[in-house]
Amino acid sequence: MGDAIEKVSIIVSKGSLEGIYPALIMANGARAEGIEANLFFTFFGLDAIHKKRHDHIKVATVGNPGLHLATMAGGIPGVSSVMTHYLEHKMEKLDIPSIPEFIEMIADTGAGLYGCKASCDLFELTEDDLIDQVKAIITVGEFYEMAAGGHIIFT
Amino acid sequence: MPTATYATRSVTVNDEGFFENPDEWTEEMAPEIARAEGIDELTEDHWRVIKFMRSLYAEKGTGPTVRVLGKTSGVSVKELYQLFPKGPAKVAAKIAGIPKPRGCI
Repeated sequence: MGDAIEKVSIIVSKGSLEGIYPALIMANGARAEGIEANLFFTFFGLDAIHKKRHDHIKVATVGNPGLHLATMAGGIPGVSSVMTHYLEHKMEKLDIPSIPEFIEMIADTGAGLYGCKASCDLFELTEDDLIDQVKAIITVGEFYEMAAGGHIIFT
Repeated sequence: MPTATYATRSVTVNDEGFFENPDEWTEEMAPEIARAEGIDELTEDHWRVIKFMRSLYAEKGTGPTVRVLGKTSGVSVKELYQLFPKGPAKVAAKIAGIPKPRGCI
């Protein structure tokens, strides 16, 4: 198994529920396989590690054809919340952790969580705004240094 | 099907080294499998996880994922990774002589 994956660096750029979960599942799954994993949160993906926002991540009900919901209906106030509650309920039944719980668990597996400096500057966020598990806010150059020798996954 | 020899007995394993037949496993084999996985000495905490994996497998026919282990074994996720750095559910299952747990979370 000489070509086995030994390290992954996962970029989380979306702030929707369906944008964040795949990255978390891949990071957690990598650690479970003994693969080194780092998560780099950029742009709206920062909501996943934002103290005040990470417990309020919603499904995108507009511009999401996979939901099979008319765009006009998806835009009605409250629809996104209802769809999110529905999905969260289904996930709970399958014992899929909530985003805050999942991120805490991923940090416990030894994966590194990092914020993107350019995005933090743009949204005027400091480390104080991010959850305690975040190791640092880093530049893209530092990200590449950390990712060297492994695979980069953009979500 | 490949075989491996632990504690002087030959057992059937799959391509990844997991036991095909968990009944072939004995406690004497565990330290040897562990060493091959990079764990030099099995502590009491390692054994707690290994025995928990065996009992859950006996009960449900499948081994637990890391999340389930962290919630139900009494050993936290952080400690699990300290005990089994190369993947707690996967490595503990191998040492415990049960199939690799399947599950995405």
